[in-house]
Amino acid sequence: MGEKWDKGLLGWIDARFPLSKMWYEHLAEYYAPKNFNFWYYFGSLALLVLVIQILTGVWLTMNYKPDAAMAFNSVEYIMRDVNWGWLIRYMHSTGASMFFVVVYLHMFRGLIYGSFKKPRELIWIFGMIIYVCLMAEAFMGYLLPWGQMSYWGAQVIISLFGAIPWVGDSLALWIRGDYVIADATLNRFFAFHVIAVPIVLLALVVLHILALHEVGSNNPDGVEIKKNKDENGIPVDGIPFHPYYTVKDIVGVVVFLIIFSVIVFFMPEMGGWFLERDNFIPADPLKTPEHIVPLWYFTPFYAILRAVPDKFLGVVAMGGAIFVLFLLPWLDRSPVKSIRYRGTIYKVAIGIFVVSFIALGYLGTQPATEIMTWFARGFTLLYFGFFVSLLFIPKFEKTRPVPDRVTS
Amino acid sequence: MKNYLAIVLLVLAPAWVSAAGTGVILDEANIDPTNVQSLQRGARTFVNYCLSCHSASLMRYERMGKDLGIDEKLVSENLMFTGGKVGELMTVATASADAKEWFGTVPPDLTVIARARGVDWLYTYMRSFYRDDARHIGTNNLVFPDVGMPNVLWELQGSQEAVITTEKDHDGTEHKVVKLKLVEPGLQTPKEFDRTVRDLVNFLDYMGEPAKYERRQLGTKVILFLLVFLVLAYVLKKDYWKDIH
Repeated sequence: MGEKWDKGLLGWIDARFPLSKMWYEHLAEYYAPKNFNFWYYFGSLALLVLVIQILTGVWLTMNYKPDAAMAFNSVEYIMRDVNWGWLIRYMHSTGASMFFVVVYLHMFRGLIYGSFKKPRELIWIFGMIIYVCLMAEAFMGYLLPWGQMSYWGAQVIISLFGAIPWVGDSLALWIRGDYVIADATLNRFFAFHVIAVPIVLLALVVLHILALHEVGSNNPDGVEIKKNKDENGIPVDGIPFHPYYTVKDIVGVVVFLIIFSVIVFFMPEMGGWFLERDNFIPADPLKTPEHIVPLWYFTPFYAILRAVPDKFLGVVAMGGAIFVLFLLPWLDRSPVKSIRYRGTIYKVAIGIFVVSFIALGYLGTQPATEIMTWFARGFTLLYFGFFVSLLFIPKFEKTRPVPDRVTS
Repeated sequence: MKNYLAIVLLVLAPAWVSAAGTGVILDEANIDPTNVQSLQRGARTFVNYCLSCHSASLMRYERMGKDLGIDEKLVSENLMFTGGKVGELMTVATASADAKEWFGTVPPDLTVIARARGVDWLYTYMRSFYRDDARHIGTNNLVFPDVGMPNVLWELQGSQEAVITTEKDHDGTEHKVVKLKLVEPGLQTPKEFDRTVRDLVNFLDYMGEPAKYERRQLGTKVILFLLVFLVLAYVLKKDYWKDIH
């Protein structure tokens, strides 16, 4: 920091607002471990997708009409008559799915390198609340195009609240604002989707990053770099986030944008996975589609819901599948953070967890035939079994010695 | 970890592909969106045979003319039967109450039908009408049983009848097989008619997303730019990181 900056505009601002201080604390003098690998791109990418969603969302709002009689047509109006409307809309619809791709990979990184462990429990909790908000945001946003799948997907999910004993039906009615999904529902979902949830999301992202910068980043070795500092108090294995990780993340951003562009420009429906066919039919309260499927990012939980024979218990299991993730820092008590130094049994457990999550995701897209339901039950048990096993694995797991310094 | 993921994805991949299949085997439409003449013929068939009952109320005549290389005068003289201005939407004159009485249901808007049904479905559906005297409209459809729509292209196609035969397989199990047979020729030969339907479906596909061509063109440029940018970004990263070990 040169003295020449103390005067002039920046000096004037710094005397009144911690601009330089923030720059140094969070970028130029935030020391991150030098051994970040592939998995460490997804945090900054999640931020990028958030920005894409907010910007494209603002521009979509300029022409979208949250009115049951006009919503479907206004989306097609955006696709046809608004300059660049098709591009903005496809970026937003692709962004929604890619947000989940990026966030799932980001969460998986935290899982395998033990980034949720002490002292980073709060980062994990904030992250999990972000994830839940993101699901709410995606669910409500999906109603807005007012196609058949928007309508019936919302109908199915909101009716789940009806399974809660005693208050269920009144609760579902209160959420919808009508006896079925209707104009009132569309209006309030619009309000939540464009105002309430984004504000909460942004605040949580700030908390998530503040908590991270307070304790410092974990790394693929699970070594605390702050334990090894030089005479200036700088971690010997740390490098300033800016410029090192800013230039590195730019590479990640460009690779991501290439994949993103391939989808937006050449396969925006992604074979029905990002934009479902039935959603090109306007919502019709009198015609139930043959096969109601939520979008792919909800299907693991949808499969768990359908696997339980009782509707209320199914809702409990589905909620539990999300809630159990919040408990991760207190379920896995092994002192070794990174999967690199953990025992084979832990690696096998992670493998089973990944397989069950993906398998449930697939089963959630399929009609619930008897054999499929039995598969879903098996994988549901494995999914929860993973979390239970975390309580016991450290007791007899053979871990390898963790090095003092990060490896390159 | 990467290995586990790869294995899971490989194992599940065939299942994901087959997830799209439904009952009837569909013929392949094999449309060519770059063939402007095909699109123009499709547009003509569409306004002549479809637009009297079905609307395409999210599509403008003007946009169609511009994209398909038909000038405005031709559009308003030859493709607009209801009068009005060329910038108007392709709405329909039939009142929906009348339509409901005649067909039992209001004919759906066709603007994005190709995105909802898929081109192969439309191509097969339009060629699968057959005589069925049990129904008050006199026809039925193999792809969409008991559909309210009659065979509006009958004068081109002629009339088909369903021929039901029983075939025995290797085990001697009997299977009912339905095939359609042309019993009364129309103005076009079956091959000409297939082309007419293919052109029509091509047009419906264009109408489902008029920006598709522009989208692909722009996409190529954007991706080429990003690839150049990637090289620069990578060189920049390498240079900054050369003293980090």
